[in-house]
Amino acid sequence: MKYATEFRDPKAARAVLARIAGLADQIGATKARPVHIMEICGGHTHAIFRYGLDKLVHEGIEFIHGPGCPVCVLPMSRVDECVEIARRPGVIFTTFGDAMRVPGTKMSLMQAKAAGADIRMVYSPLDALELARRNPERKVVFFGLGFETTTPSTALSIQQAAREGLENFSVFCNHITVPEPIRALLDDPHMVLDGFVGPGHVSMVIGIHPYDFIARDYGKPIVVAGFEPLDLLQSVLMVLIQIRDGRAEVENQYARVVPEHGNPVSLAAIDDVYEKRPSFEWRGLGEIDRSGLRIRAKYRAYDAEETFGIGYAAGPRVVAEPEGCACGQVMTGRIKPTGCAQFGSGCTPEMPLGALMVSSEGACAAYWQYGGARISEAVE
Amino acid sequence: MCLGIPGRIVAVTDEHRMMALAEVSGVRREVNVACILEGPIEDLLGEWALIHVGFAMARIDADEAAKTLQALQDLGEAQEAAEAMAEGAKALEGQG
Repeated sequence: MKYATEFRDPKAARAVLARIAGLADQIGATKARPVHIMEICGGHTHAIFRYGLDKLVHEGIEFIHGPGCPVCVLPMSRVDECVEIARRPGVIFTTFGDAMRVPGTKMSLMQAKAAGADIRMVYSPLDALELARRNPERKVVFFGLGFETTTPSTALSIQQAAREGLENFSVFCNHITVPEPIRALLDDPHMVLDGFVGPGHVSMVIGIHPYDFIARDYGKPIVVAGFEPLDLLQSVLMVLIQIRDGRAEVENQYARVVPEHGNPVSLAAIDDVYEKRPSFEWRGLGEIDRSGLRIRAKYRAYDAEETFGIGYAAGPRVVAEPEGCACGQVMTGRIKPTGCAQFGSGCTPEMPLGALMVSSEGACAAYWQYGGARISEAVE
Repeated sequence: MCLGIPGRIVAVTDEHRMMALAEVSGVRREVNVACILEGPIEDLLGEWALIHVGFAMARIDADEAAKTLQALQDLGEAQEAAEAMAEGAKALEGQG
């Protein structure tokens, strides 16, 4: 009963699981020839393993864990640049706690902090703004990181800094977008993807239409999902129904939170503050066109890349991944985490080699933590 | 990082900057409510919202809030959010 008790309505879960199994049989999905469903969001990856959903669903359903954990796809060069900024005189470098342990080529932010850099974990960019107000003689830099869920918070903070005329606040912008890496994966001839579970909270900001191309241009179903186990199971069911019916549409299972056209205030702030970079490097996926955001020229004073002459402002720097690290292959579904030679030996959550082991939303960390869940424990 | 956590708006702290006090999983902190503002800021008092890194991102009803909190507690995310807020407060005092 270990996992079954964690459903608030085990009967409903069993009913959905039974319908998933029935549909999987109907469309001929088997362990040898599975239907590949990619969950894009790292929060979904975490939930799938936490609740053992990968073990509970019909064996003909295979989850592919997409590139939806922003910490996991952060290239080492950007971590190096964070450390470089943090070590400049007079800087207070602020970051979400998730990013502290991501390895750079020489050190992580946690190691840089131990070595004397003034690096502070904040909950919100608003905390970084407050630090700037309280420390006018220091330069406070916020590490802007994340997909569209997090992007508006940094934008609104930059707008607030501009309104106040705060001159000692800036953002090292590493915000990235969901649709472009999905397009890149769909264009990869080695990828086999039959459908998608779309990110719930990213979609709360951008709505469901940015995914139209997945259905229209690639003929794949996508269902935007919430984060409860039943949300995820229902979304898998909705994907399978589309496959059975020969449809490819964008559907919204999480309509109680996700408006069709997103959040207008957030979208206006994003549009005001950022523009697309020509390309941005993703750990494990390489450079992807128009997949990252930079701060518009009118807010240049708040752009740490400009004020510190670093990052893309100084020219792109691509850094090779550590030898033996297979994060890229895991993220593109070519191998499972356990197929990486470093998994559990050279790479563990305590001593991560690759980024997918750093965050609880990374596929490797989730495998490490919950990989032992068996169907017998889950449904008995 | 991309999960929001339900919080209840309990006080308006700065109408001009669109800031309010939210109670999030037993912890109170100031949040920005610009993204959910549809009328006078006082209308938000007692309302539930999904709070993400210090910003109220979407209004939700009480039932949805309760379900989401339960799911996040199961995932360990609620505790993580409370810890991150405490860490943020320490950072302001130079101890983070």
